[in-house]
Amino acid sequence: MYFLKRLAFTIPLLLVISVLTFALVRCAPGGPFDRERAPASPQIEKRLNEKYHLNDPFWKQYTRYLGNLLHGDLGPSLKYRSHSVNDIIAQALPVSMLLGFLAFGFALGTGLPVGFFSAVGRGRLPDYLGSFVALLAVCIPGLVLAPMLLTLFAIKWHLLPVALWESPMHAILPTIALGLFFSGKVARLMREGMLNTMQSEFITTARAKGLSENALMFRHGFRMAVLPVISYAGPMLADLLTGSFVVENIFQIPGIGVFFVNSMANRDQTMTMGLVLLYAVLLVMLNLIVDFAYAVLDPRVKYE
Amino acid sequence: MSELVENPESKAESREPKVESPIATTQTVSRSSTLDSRQSPGQRAWRRFRRNRLAVGGAIFLIFILLFVLIYPFFSPFQPDQLSDAQFQPPSSTHWFGTDVHGRDLLVRLCYGAQISLLVGTVGALVSLIIGVLWGAIAGYAGGRLDSAMMRFVDVLYSMPAVIFAIVLMTAVEPWLKGWFATIGLPVKIARLVVLFAALGSVSWLTMARIVRGQVLSLRTRPFVEASRVLGAGPMRILARHIIPNVLGVVIVYLTLTVPAIILYESFLSFLGLGVQPPMASWGSLIAEGVGQINPIRIYWWLILFPSAVLVSTLLALNYLGDGLRDAWDVKGGS
Repeated sequence: MYFLKRLAFTIPLLLVISVLTFALVRCAPGGPFDRERAPASPQIEKRLNEKYHLNDPFWKQYTRYLGNLLHGDLGPSLKYRSHSVNDIIAQALPVSMLLGFLAFGFALGTGLPVGFFSAVGRGRLPDYLGSFVALLAVCIPGLVLAPMLLTLFAIKWHLLPVALWESPMHAILPTIALGLFFSGKVARLMREGMLNTMQSEFITTARAKGLSENALMFRHGFRMAVLPVISYAGPMLADLLTGSFVVENIFQIPGIGVFFVNSMANRDQTMTMGLVLLYAVLLVMLNLIVDFAYAVLDPRVKYE
Repeated sequence: MSELVENPESKAESREPKVESPIATTQTVSRSSTLDSRQSPGQRAWRRFRRNRLAVGGAIFLIFILLFVLIYPFFSPFQPDQLSDAQFQPPSSTHWFGTDVHGRDLLVRLCYGAQISLLVGTVGALVSLIIGVLWGAIAGYAGGRLDSAMMRFVDVLYSMPAVIFAIVLMTAVEPWLKGWFATIGLPVKIARLVVLFAALGSVSWLTMARIVRGQVLSLRTRPFVEASRVLGAGPMRILARHIIPNVLGVVIVYLTLTVPAIILYESFLSFLGLGVQPPMASWGSLIAEGVGQINPIRIYWWLILFPSAVLVSTLLALNYLGDGLRDAWDVKGGS
């Protein structure tokens, strides 16, 4: 029931977001055809504006856009006029998504163990080491790590390909460059969660009942301690998808980042709208899934 | 591991007791030797903070960096925009950090970029502080329908991808601001900076608003606030005299944690060419310039290593400082 309500709430939410971005994108001065290579004659520009209904009043434009959106049509790109925004998203999104999920897996795969064992070894060497590494990772953004990995592993030692997105080998460096920052975040959350959990009463009860320490840590402790990580997972995936802009830029990966950045520079309004909406929908969906996972993992959480 | 699990009591004692908020500390008495009823919560936090060597080290490092980037350009023989024929010089005794593609001295440019990055980080965090504290305090103090409407709005913004929203906001506001700056006679050049402050500040205040609201909700039913109300103080006076001073600790903690986040956003935007514009520099744009020079033949490592190292060590120091403040004020959560 709760989830139906949440689902119902997402629709007005997305509407608000779409009005907001539409207003922001449209009220910015400068049109999409200002920077064409050959300065278009006033007539051509007028025809173009007419063709894409850029002279209509705001609400008329918005309702037209919304009407097309209901059919799943994000409209034509105003810059790459032979392509629709749908085409471009369909072509570039899978690449960005794959990179994002690889980095997500990397972040969880490294962050969870580091955080877990830091907490288990609290106050001793593994903790100091793990905590330091986690904090360091949080301070190394992709735009620092990517050039370093690229210079060392690809250019200097020729171990891995320099750029592009073709074989699994091409994915290694971008995944690490994008994921390490989030490994640090996950490790810090996991450590804190584990420390809090191991002090809670149900653990004391379980210990008093004679459960082995391993069972305590892994079966009962971990399950609770991972909850903060789960609730961070939604925003994290969204950040991974946007954070990949820089990594895609450095490794020349044909993802969605370049289209977004260019759409801003070119005032390609339909493209910007389409991509912002895409990210908003993704983020809303991810948050829903995260809440759902939360309820499944934590028996104490009851949504009403 | 054995110590941790076999003797839970000794661990519980050795741990600093966690309290929900700094306000609560004033009420829980007789815990540790540092608790002296004559000390204010601020003094106690300061004592705890001083004992945290990493946090103090972070603070000292930050002061050093700040002084260095402000003072060094006056003593350097080079100007940040001074072109020369000495292109791509590796670090040497004349150019300590080497030179870039235009023969500019990297150290001076780095100082110049650091000024911008730190400025954006600090002012952006202050903007987020002002919006967040006002929003949270008003929502929490007003309560009822206004509160739920305001917090619903925060929820809506939470479900917008922050960076993307900042970029859209910037491109929408900038041309307008530039025109306005031109009419009132301010240099158009700084319009981009102002837009950066505003955009980054206005996507970073959400957590602050939520935390402040929570604090205010618990504060406003306290006897001293009610006493003040009985004595005839209006809501503005109560907010300014009683509520805001009491949430200050939490606010400072989150302010320190917001600065590195905004510095990261800024470097991200500048790297993509959406932040500060050349010839202005920031850490992000300097790293981007270094990346632009990556080629298989020669490696200009200093162009990437030095800006990266300064960025990373500053973020590290800010994080240590923020964590130290958080522990000192006993604030829970948030990362």
